[in-house]
Parts: sequence; structure tokens; C-alpha cells
Amino acid sequence: MDKVENVTGEKKRRKMSMSKRHNLTGWIFLAPATIMIAIMSFVPMVQALLLSFKKGVGAKLEWAGLFNYTRMFQDAVFMQSLKNTFLYLIIQVPIMLILALILASILNKKDLKFKGLFRTMIFLPCATSLVSYATIFRSLFAVDGLVNTVLIKLGILNTGYSFLTQPTSARIIIIIALVWRWTGYNMVFYLSGLQNIEYSVYEAAKIDGASPIQTFFKITVPLLKPTILLTAIMSTNGTLQLFDESVNLTGGGPANTTITMSHYIYNMSFKYVPNFGYAAAMSFLIFVLVAVLAFFQMKVGDKRDE
Amino acid sequence: MTNKVTNALQYIFLTIVSLFSVFPLVWMVIAATNTSVDVTRGRMIPGTHFLENLKNLIAAQDLWGCMWNSFKYALMLTILSLLICSLAGYGFEIYHDKAKDFTMSVILLAMMVPFVATMIPLFQMFSKAGLLNTTAGFILPTISTPFMIMLFRQSARSFPHDIIEAARIDGLNELQIFFRMFVPTMRSTYAAAMTITFMNAWNNYLWPKVIMTNDSSKTMPMLVANLKEGYVTDYGMLMVAVLLCTLPTVIIFFLLQKSFAEGITGAVK
Repeated sequence: MDKVENVTGEKKRRKMSMSKRHNLTGWIFLAPATIMIAIMSFVPMVQALLLSFKKGVGAKLEWAGLFNYTRMFQDAVFMQSLKNTFLYLIIQVPIMLILALILASILNKKDLKFKGLFRTMIFLPCATSLVSYATIFRSLFAVDGLVNTVLIKLGILNTGYSFLTQPTSARIIIIIALVWRWTGYNMVFYLSGLQNIEYSVYEAAKIDGASPIQTFFKITVPLLKPTILLTAIMSTNGTLQLFDESVNLTGGGPANTTITMSHYIYNMSFKYVPNFGYAAAMSFLIFVLVAVLAFFQMKVGDKRDE
Repeated sequence: MTNKVTNALQYIFLTIVSLFSVFPLVWMVIAATNTSVDVTRGRMIPGTHFLENLKNLIAAQDLWGCMWNSFKYALMLTILSLLICSLAGYGFEIYHDKAKDFTMSVILLAMMVPFVATMIPLFQMFSKAGLLNTTAGFILPTISTPFMIMLFRQSARSFPHDIIEAARIDGLNELQIFFRMFVPTMRSTYAAAMTITFMNAWNNYLWPKVIMTNDSSKTMPMLVANLKEGYVTDYGMLMVAVLLCTLPTVIIFFLLQKSFAEGITGAVK
């Protein structure tokens, strides 16, 4: 644009109208996607907020103020679902991300053999649908499932143990299943991030006598920080919205000890007598939690920069 | 010496993790070829009952109908989503100015909107519009996602402006530049976007569960979920359903694996 000064006024005007036209073209290009996001995300979000202040069943709704929000915290099942979701978040996400980081840093080594094979095998679980893997894990840990059969054959158990109807073991199985499904996914992000780190940095560290553990904490982790932040936010977001696993692995049971917030909201909207106002209020809480946690993660991520 | 030990430990660790990753899938394939009784006995060798299990599945559920629906919904969504999101990503980057950058940051906020929060108003909106049990009903909520727009915006950043200028001089209009220059150049980004969008569409469970109320509009994940609701589980039949529900995404993943990795690398940079 700076060069424009030197050309004649005529040319200048033509260039201006040209850039104006390009500007308009840009808006036309991005309009369909932008309008769809507005209609499919922002408008319903506002509608959900309005809905959350109403009560009643079906189409007969009336204003209820904050009734739905106060009701939430007296609802034992909702509090249980909140607790369950955070339990998965606090235990599963760190295990998964650390495991993915370790795997990525090993797979990034230049002289490693069968690199592609290992990477493909570890990523493979991500190609299965959530319903499918939940069904596979449910079958593996059923009373007459493979795990029990093996344990009985080994003489550790006498009869099949009902893993999925005991609160503790049911939760552990959900966590194992989640780690199985998502570790490879996060690993791919770390592997891509690692490709931006010059290999000579690692060579230099090796020459300076750094141990693999030192290299991991002093080079890999700090340089991958933006990617770690991205995966942490994505996983937090995903965990707060867990649905398929709760429905298909344990059905939320036994006695709601594994039910997630999304699962309870679904039940409240479509399984029981529909109570859209209350369900909307609960879903709005998830939105607030996602936003607050993402905000904190970004703050923490920024701090380590100094 | 210690080097050799750590080296060996690395291979052992990777092997254990790899086997753990693959085992449930191998078991699924083996179970799909055995009778339910053999599966519960812990038989770990492929059997000969695959066709019988498949026959039972077809008798119990509308397998072909669900397959067709899943393919129809996922393909339509993938094609349309790639088209409008790549156009938008290109538009945001190539013609960027302050107003467009601001619009982009507003769009990114939509990433934080959880689907359960929009689900109820969307359901009300779609049932009023008569979109329940339709392909449009399936695809509209996720046809445009902030992630896809961001992915294409990021890849447009590496698209050389010289090419655009040269094409303009050659008399191509802006839309022609997009389709003839950008789309062919960004093949790996499109492959990555296609893999992600198709997998998400194929695997989506919550939204179809909400709007697909007719048996004739159900999808493969819904079929699998329906199967486990009986009292006695026929594991052989169940695993055939799981296998058929998993196969398409696995095939797509293997076909596009290389471009997928390249495309993602571009996005993370």
C-alpha cells in the first residue's frame, strides 16, 4: 500500500476500489460459515440462557427467576454427576496427557526403530467410535466377560466379579477406557509440536550430559507448552461434556455413581418428563465451568512464560 | 551400558502400550467370528461364525438402513462442511483486516459453547422447522465449526501471495483462484479436515439420539447402543455390529493417515 503514493490519482482510485472489492469478497467467503455458527451456537446459547429462568413442563413455561439454579445445588443426583465429572477430570486428564507426552517424546527419537508401527498402533483407538469402544469395554469387563474369565482361569477369582455394578471399579474402568481412547489422539498433537523443535537442541543437551529425564523436563515440556495448553483445554472441555461413555459403558450406574452431567441433562430433557428449563440451567453451568477452567488454564499457561 | 538399558526399557514400554492399544480391537474382531458361548469362555482364536453372527444381526436390526443413513449423513456433512469452512478460513486470512480478525475471535468463542447447552434450543428449533429425522437436521448444527475454520485459516497463512497476484493478472476471479489454486495446493489440510469431520460425523451419538426419532433414520452408533439393551447379550452378534461401526473410520484413517499428520502439523505450527 505504501507504494501507492507514487502512482497517479487515476491508478490510485482504481486500486482503492479493487481493495474494496477484495474486502467485500472476503466477507462473502466467510459469510456462510460465520452465519451458521451464529445460528447454531450463539442464538441457541442465548435461548438456553432465557430458558434456564423458566419452569414448567413441555410448552407451558413461566418465569421462575433463579429457581432452576438454586434447585441444582439441592439435587443430589446433579451434585453426584458434578462430582463424578470432576473425578474423571482430575484423575484421567493428567494421566492421559503425561502418558501422551512420554510416548511422543520417545517416538520423536531419531534412531528409534518401528516408529511408524508404534505410532499407528497407539493412535488406532482414536479411529473407533465412542459407542463402539464403550461397548467393547463393557463386554470385556462384564460378569461373563474376558477379564473375569481370565481371572477365574488364573485362580484369582472363584466366580465372576461384577466390575460395572461396583462404584469404585466402575469408575476405574471408565477412566481406563478414556485413557485408552484418547492418549493416542493427544500424542499426535505432541508429535506435531515436537517437529517444530530443532533436533540439534537435543543433540546439544546430550553432549552437555543431560539425562533423558532432565531433557524431558528442561527442553520438551517447556518448548511444547502451547501444545500442552491446547490439549489441556480440549480435554477439559471434552471431559465436562462426557456423554457416550456414561450412557454406554455403565449406563450411569450403579445408583448414579458414574453418571456425568451431560448424561443427567439428557435424561432430564428427553428420557424423563421433559424439563427443558431445569436442563438448560444445568447445561449453562457446564458452559460457565468450561469458560472458567479455560481462562485459568490460559492464565497458568501464560505465567510460566516469565 | 545404562544407555542400552534405557533403550531396551523404551522398547518394552512402547510394546506394552501398543499391545494395550490394539488388544481390545483384536478381541473385537475375534469375538465377531465366534459364537457367544465361545466368547464368554474366553476363546482367543478367530472362529468361523462371522456370517452366522451377521445373519443374526440383520434379523435383529435394520443394519443396511443404519449403514446407509450413517454414510449419507457423514458424507453430506463432510463435503458441505469442508466447502464452507475452507472458504471461510481462506477469506479470513487472505482478505484479513481488523473487522475480520475481530469476527474470527468472536467465532473462536463458540469453541467454548458445550453442545449440551445448545442441544435443547436446537431441538426445539429443528422440530418446529420439521427437520427431525432429516439429513439436514443431522448436518446443520456442526456444518461450520470454529476448529475447521481455524485449521483452514492457519493453512491459508502458508499460501504464497505471489500465486494470488499472478492468478489475478492472468484474469482469474477470486472464486476461481480459491478453487483452482488454493484447493489443490492444500490437499493435506483437506485430508486432515476430511478425516476429522467424517470421523466426528460418523461417531456422533448424542445429536442423532435427540433428533432421529424414527427407526428408519437411525445411525450405526445408535444400532450398537440399541443392541446392548437386551437382557442376554449375544456377544458374537454385538461385536459384528461394533466391527461394522468401526471399519469405515479405520479405513478412512489408514487411507489418509499420512496427509492427516501433515495437515495437523500445519495447524499446530
